[in-house]
Amino acid sequence: METRELICTGCPLGCPLTVTLEPGGPVVKGHTCPRGEAYGRSEVLDPRRTVTSTAAVIGGRQARVPVKTAGAVPKDRIRDCMEAVRRLRVAAPVGLGDVLLPDCAGSGVALVATKTVERT
Amino acid sequence: MRTTDIVIIGGGPAGLAAALAAREAGVSDLLILERGNELGGILNQCIHSGFGLHTFREELTGPEYAARYMDRVLAENIPFRLGAMAVRVTADRRVTYISREEGLETVQARAVVLAMGCRERPRGALSIPGSRPAGIYTAGAAQRLMNIDGYRVGREAVILGSGDIGLIMARRLTLEGARVKLVAELMPYSGGLKRNIVQCLDDFGIPLKLSHTVVDIHGRDRVEAVTVAAVDGQRRPIPGTEERVPCDTLLLSVGLLPENELTREAGAAMCAATGGPVVSDRLETDLPGIFACGNVLHVHDLVDYVSQEAALAGESAAAFVRSGGGETGRRVRVAAGNGVRYTVPQFIGVDRMAEAAVVRFRVTDVFRDVCVRLSLDGRELTRRKKRALAPGEMEQMTVTRSDLAEARADSVLTVELEA
Repeated sequence: METRELICTGCPLGCPLTVTLEPGGPVVKGHTCPRGEAYGRSEVLDPRRTVTSTAAVIGGRQARVPVKTAGAVPKDRIRDCMEAVRRLRVAAPVGLGDVLLPDCAGSGVALVATKTVERT
Repeated sequence: MRTTDIVIIGGGPAGLAAALAAREAGVSDLLILERGNELGGILNQCIHSGFGLHTFREELTGPEYAARYMDRVLAENIPFRLGAMAVRVTADRRVTYISREEGLETVQARAVVLAMGCRERPRGALSIPGSRPAGIYTAGAAQRLMNIDGYRVGREAVILGSGDIGLIMARRLTLEGARVKLVAELMPYSGGLKRNIVQCLDDFGIPLKLSHTVVDIHGRDRVEAVTVAAVDGQRRPIPGTEERVPCDTLLLSVGLLPENELTREAGAAMCAATGGPVVSDRLETDLPGIFACGNVLHVHDLVDYVSQEAALAGESAAAFVRSGGGETGRRVRVAAGNGVRYTVPQFIGVDRMAEAAVVRFRVTDVFRDVCVRLSLDGRELTRRKKRALAPGEMEQMTVTRSDLAEARADSVLTVELEA
């Protein structure tokens, strides 16, 4: 049976996890909280990451607005999300939490602003 | 001269949390002095997520975490000045600052909270030989250039030092289309958080070369390559292990230094191990009414702990404004014992301490399966088992007032590791 050694990225504790791929689904050991168990399962079944970057702002007090995917996207879609952010131009003002792309690069997850940028 | 109850120097996470706590404790006459052009400090350029897990039970980006505090500061109408740099603090709590609007201005404060943060160790502090081409940045400077100003800092990078900012920048550069050749770390272990090694290096197949350093920088106008070599147990480069790595950018993530020029000039006693002032459990320096918190006190790896610590400094400053202070009574020294590099606070004023005090510390090396032991004059108070400890991860223990009930005026509280 396949086992994988992981480090949980759920919080800064970084618990070492051992995930065994049992027929009934992955079994996680070594976690110290429910987040850790969820991380261990999803990391072997469907690894996901939150993507953060910055997008160009037109007419804002700052040249860039920081952005993130509102949830984690599948790991193999990170590049596509980055490309979508690169093509994006946002007109100021931008508010924290504003949805900039409802479905970022077909990942099913929205792209939102993580900061308010006022107009010049 | 203008007077203010509490002047807070620095509008980053520490300054904001200190101001809010002071306001909550009933002090209305506050002033935050911020050198930059916005509040939030370094959080503004930390666009990655992972902040606030302890405080808000959710994973926020740096700007989002800062906004939670900034919104409250605005809602509470706490006065702040932007573009205002404190240039002098005196032991009797006069704060002089400069700004475009006011020129040179001095405020007499009843209490001062130092929250100036830290800065990066630069190339000049490392004595790497080689020329001085463009393309050498501290990791935080590169982070600012990319995330705030929107510049691309390079196409092929080598990162020296595996501190968290270096690791975060390795991922950031990679996502923006640059190639990070390797991260070289002088020590046999990383100085960054484990989670950052996983999600910033392992995710992208970026090699981390432990016990390696950069011994030469090549290029005249722009970096063309660096020479990386293995080091021995004394951190000396091993001849014959040199490898030339072509790149156009070298990022340095080699440590943070608390920015304490004002603190030293004020005459506060300093701690060599932290680079910050010596403080009591109320985070008061040895200058009555001057408190310190956040990265100016000691470098943190988690902003959540900065906010907690700063809230205590704000409360303590408010208490000082209300009822005066300075330490009186029994003063227990907190000592860093076996395996412990430093503690904050460095002493506890037992007769006026709160119900419990948090002692934060860092260890000297990587340890597995050890006990952290707290003892008063050799008598054990508490011990806690730890599966793994690393110098890059701050630890904490709590000591209660009843633990210290029998302390004498010259007692020593020791934090140490035991196998």
